[in-house]
Amino acid sequence: MIYLDNSATTAPSEEVLSSFVKVNKRFYANAASLHLAGKEAETLLERSREQIRSIVGAPEGEVIFTSGGTEANNLALLGFARKFKSRGNHIITTSIEHPSIMNAAKQLEKEGFDVDYLSVNETGMISLDELTEKLREDTIIVSIMHVNNEIGTIQPIQECAKIIKQHSRAVFHCDTVQSIGILPISIADAGLDAITVSAHKIHGLKGSGALIMRKGLLPESINYGGGQEFGIRSGTVSVPAAAALALAMRLITEEDTAEKYSNWRQRLVNYIKDTKDVIILAEKNSAPHILSIAFFRIKGEVAVNHFQKNGITVSTSSACSSKSGQAGHVIEAIGLTEPYKQGVIRISFGENNELSDVVKFEEVFSSFVDILQRGKSNEME
Amino acid sequence: MKWNELLIRYGELSLKGRNRNYFVRKLKRNIETALSDLHSFEIKSERDRMFLYADGKDDMEEAIKRLPFVFGIQSFSPVAKCPATIEDILQTALDVVGSGETEGKTFKVEIRRTDKSFPFVTNELQQKIGSHVLRNFPELSVQMKNPDILLFVDIRLEGAFLTSKVYPGAGGMPVGSNGKSLLMLSGGIDSPVAGYLLMKRGVAIDAIHFESPPFTSELAKQKVIDLAEKLSSFGASVKLHVIPFTELQQLIVGKIPDGELMTTTRRIMMQIADRVRVETDALGIISGESLGQVASQTLDSLTAINAVTSTPVLRPLISFDKLEIIDLATKIGTYDISIRPYEDCCTIFTPAKPKTKPKLERVKHYESFVDFEPLLEEVIKKRKIYNLPRQEKDEFADFL
Repeated sequence: MIYLDNSATTAPSEEVLSSFVKVNKRFYANAASLHLAGKEAETLLERSREQIRSIVGAPEGEVIFTSGGTEANNLALLGFARKFKSRGNHIITTSIEHPSIMNAAKQLEKEGFDVDYLSVNETGMISLDELTEKLREDTIIVSIMHVNNEIGTIQPIQECAKIIKQHSRAVFHCDTVQSIGILPISIADAGLDAITVSAHKIHGLKGSGALIMRKGLLPESINYGGGQEFGIRSGTVSVPAAAALALAMRLITEEDTAEKYSNWRQRLVNYIKDTKDVIILAEKNSAPHILSIAFFRIKGEVAVNHFQKNGITVSTSSACSSKSGQAGHVIEAIGLTEPYKQGVIRISFGENNELSDVVKFEEVFSSFVDILQRGKSNEME
Repeated sequence: MKWNELLIRYGELSLKGRNRNYFVRKLKRNIETALSDLHSFEIKSERDRMFLYADGKDDMEEAIKRLPFVFGIQSFSPVAKCPATIEDILQTALDVVGSGETEGKTFKVEIRRTDKSFPFVTNELQQKIGSHVLRNFPELSVQMKNPDILLFVDIRLEGAFLTSKVYPGAGGMPVGSNGKSLLMLSGGIDSPVAGYLLMKRGVAIDAIHFESPPFTSELAKQKVIDLAEKLSSFGASVKLHVIPFTELQQLIVGKIPDGELMTTTRRIMMQIADRVRVETDALGIISGESLGQVASQTLDSLTAINAVTSTPVLRPLISFDKLEIIDLATKIGTYDISIRPYEDCCTIFTPAKPKTKPKLERVKHYESFVDFEPLLEEVIKKRKIYNLPRQEKDEFADFL
């Protein structure tokens, strides 16, 4: 099987799996315990934290380990809202965020916060002018994702950070789940306050992620218990998961994959571009590893099935919104025209892919288009 | 900002008359030790200052991070070098001033024109550079006396050298320039600070620690190793001697009455320390005692304890308040290690009411019935020695 759905999840790497097993065997003690075994586990936990901090350019920063990207995003939005509600009541995010930001924002609206959702153009880009206009004195959080998980649009987070710092005192959170390891990210250089990462999108393990912040910034807690993770995230910390996340982040950033993916993506774009009844979403300004295309009056599911039959795994726009049968909020937000809305599929590359996978995709794509054309000419007759 | 060299100034050292060369050589060696793991660097010493050249930008930044902890340095400044042409000097002046905070700061230009063939005279240069900087940083204002930013431009034959930032050094004297002493290191807050203060005055240290397994844990020992390692970051390696104290402590508890227990324990420790001192060629014993802090630190107690030796016992904290000691411990980074919660050997067999005014004659009387000598010799032979900073393999790196 050729796996081209790496934005949904990735295969854990051998190194990560073997480290996870070894750490589970050797450092199973509770990192909060006073005894030697606990102390060793704590040392490994702190070393993991240190490694993660330095990878994302926040050598003095804060790392809170979570159960994944969703929890880290929830913690950022709900936690900072609680922390800074005395400062203001206004939150800005975008209309194409992951549901873990979107629905957390909706919840905050119910709790009385005022939330603005920035609109995007047909390629999924926000407008810096709109961001500037929407910023207010009482804006406490701005959360903008780096790379969109459905169509791959890259937002200009560095420029956003400048504008936010200039016009408000808001905390700038950035969901970097899809970009970490593929695009360079430095909390210090980009002027970010907090980012979310997830292990299973970068060949790590499911059930593990982190919220990483610049020095001195921590959210309020949103769960209650023994006060682990500086009192922010109670629950016995999984030291093996923390080490595995640090290892996955190191491995993914050590290898420069952006250029390779970029070439593959461009090759596919050139191949698909002039095909009748197929359009490419966010052709420009998009992450090198994500390509979304839409078929005219064909359900995405039909295309997915065809590829599946021919040994290639791709997905409809996003695993998180693909089962509802409705067009997702991202597809709605970019204003895709009606006949294409249901027909979006996403191809996303990962470490295990090779050029031959891309070539094979092209073949299967052509065969699918042939079938469609034949079907349509039959209709005509 | 890429700096080409660091200018290092030594304050007190340049006053030391004929011994100055010795002090400067020591300082140079200590700086070399502190930076030994960097890729490549070179130090040139002159009469009243040194220049440090490092190749990479990272090495230079690392040197800037470490130098503030090396004793004997009064201050240091990063220097940018450029060709001695007016265009290059103007551009570099902007880079140098822009490398720091400028908002609301005052500023002044000073020129030294060693290369008299340079086409502009000092006043002209001052004006040219000053106005160029002000045009580009309108938030600056000029102030002749005590400006926040003093941009110093030194025009030599080999180029122009610009500097504006002055980092304060740790002061004091190069470690090792005043001999060696043995520090009694308990794992508490005070003793590492006492060690630090003597290091500041140029004293190299070995440290001695008493452990009582199984009553004290590996973690308590680890804490002391970490403290000794922290001390070694101030420019000199530290040897830590760990004495297995359990048997001696049990002997003391069995034979000496409660009231005198603590005093005798300290007297025995002091005797062991004194013998280790001789073996390590140290001259004095350093202790973190502060007058009146606990029962063993009253003047009566100190007298009874000190009576076992004529070696100078250096007590730099004797007149410090606890809060002053904590402040200093926090500043030098030993506080967080010291407050780790593990028992040390002093807190295990503590009598309910130790005497604050022990009588030396009574203590000697009780001790005369016990033969400590064989055990004393044995524990000194059985001591474990740790060389710090540690250079062991990092076992965690395999998992990350």
